[in-house]
Amino acid sequence: MTETGEQTLLEVRDLGKQYGNVVGCAGVSFDLWPGEVLGVVGESGSGKSTLLRCLSAQIAPDSGSVNYRLRDEGMCDVHALSEARQRMLMRTDWGIVHQNPRDGLRFGISAGANVGERLIAVGARHYGNIRADVTDWLQRVEMDEARMDHLPGTFSGGMQQRLQIARNLVTQPRLVFMDEPTSGLDVSVQARLLDLIRTLVSTLHIACIVVTHDLGVVRLLTHRLMVMRGGRVVEQGLTDQVLDDPQHPYSQLLVSSILPV
Amino acid sequence: MTGKTIAGYNFAYLDEQTKRMIRRAILKAVAIPGHQIPFGSREMPLPYGWGTGGIQVTASIIGADDTLKVIDQGADDTTNAVSIRSFFSKTAGVKTTESTTEATIIQTRHRIPETPLTEGQILVYQVPIPEPLRWLEPREVETRKMHALSEYGPMHVQLYEQIAAYGRIAATYDYPVMVHGRYLMRPSPIPKFDNPKMDRNPALQLFGAGREKRIYAVPPYTTVKSLDFEDHPFSVESWEHCCGLCGSGTSYLDEIVTDDQGGRMFVCSDTDFCNQRQAQGFRGPLNSEAAE
Repeated sequence: MTETGEQTLLEVRDLGKQYGNVVGCAGVSFDLWPGEVLGVVGESGSGKSTLLRCLSAQIAPDSGSVNYRLRDEGMCDVHALSEARQRMLMRTDWGIVHQNPRDGLRFGISAGANVGERLIAVGARHYGNIRADVTDWLQRVEMDEARMDHLPGTFSGGMQQRLQIARNLVTQPRLVFMDEPTSGLDVSVQARLLDLIRTLVSTLHIACIVVTHDLGVVRLLTHRLMVMRGGRVVEQGLTDQVLDDPQHPYSQLLVSSILPV
Repeated sequence: MTGKTIAGYNFAYLDEQTKRMIRRAILKAVAIPGHQIPFGSREMPLPYGWGTGGIQVTASIIGADDTLKVIDQGADDTTNAVSIRSFFSKTAGVKTTESTTEATIIQTRHRIPETPLTEGQILVYQVPIPEPLRWLEPREVETRKMHALSEYGPMHVQLYEQIAAYGRIAATYDYPVMVHGRYLMRPSPIPKFDNPKMDRNPALQLFGAGREKRIYAVPPYTTVKSLDFEDHPFSVESWEHCCGLCGSGTSYLDEIVTDDQGGRMFVCSDTDFCNQRQAQGFRGPLNSEAAE
């Protein structure tokens, strides 16, 4: 990727977060490049979600730094930005796809308004244009535009998740955080959703950090993989390399735990 | 000129210390147009929702030489208007009037007078719910943060939803406005017909919410812009009829059912405006007292 002259999008150094005596995560360092998809796997309680929340400025880390390359002013420490800037970043350049659509969508307003809200938040004030953009995005996530004015609560789980993706991508972010985007969906819906995410991410050249415990998701979606345990990164490398030739005992256990179909 | 007041009460009911506290809140409110200032709302001798906020604001700014007008839904002769007017004539002994032009302080519920206000006049609104984001965001902490960061997107989302459902912006009263290009404000439940009157109005506009303990203000000549979309611009109500009594085609009309046979008439909601016009000889189609 370097030969195109691109620079790192996100630089994380020695990131740590303690909850009292309990280690949330510790000593996490990595770089993320534009368009790159990074997977984070590990068992429950291994610090995946803590890491994601530190990275996306939802909680402040105790040590280390998260530097993000802003569009206009280059590398910036995310946690040193004012709250206003952080919230702006969250609405424009970043996206967060939650595991539970209830965390990422507003269920009191229609699907169209859910997608349009992000456009309005960055200043769109032309109803017709907002409507057109929303329609376009609903089509891109393979949703029926006839359901644009329905409440998200009337949608199936897979549709809610696709709506969440449309809502996040409508402002054309450069970095999207995904927290278990496909868990809780049945396998066929999972497969279609993964396919959709993979297509969108590669065509739009979006960098992604995907937290999951599903190695299938990792294999399909991610370029690079970090294996976490007890808040620490025990192994990282190219996804295929880690999955096919795991070095750390825990990675070996994880890979061998996949049930043969 | 101080008239007779009831013995045992301070001038205008509230004690001087309370008035000072409310005046400080008003000064802050005037300094930051549209921003809600908390104040220590007092128990008043009438229930919350009947205008306790407006009465406290009026009580703290009124002086012995003021002339007070009180309107309720535009009318000078409804219960709320009559009782608040008599409250101040008893406790402050001030002159009261029904004429918009004579009044120095106008306390209002749900309307702005049709007669244009002038410099030096003060319009006091009774506000039930001061927070414009109340039904969009239940948490007070969060609404304050949204005000602080000017994050007013959700308000437009609500308008978006109305256009998607009804083909137009369906809000007709308490229509949200931006004050001085900074703060989102609830203009109290006035019809959106009155919103344009708030913009660059020469009078001082004060808003008091007694139960919610908030005061906010629009100083004279401040821009007040109603929210809208570029392709769905803000517009006010219009009627096919003119006022049945005075024939005005430009005022806000109330529909009044006159019998159980489907009979109805449209009349100005601003009684003073309507009476003035009739005194000038204007007559509406339903005015039986044909011109003299």
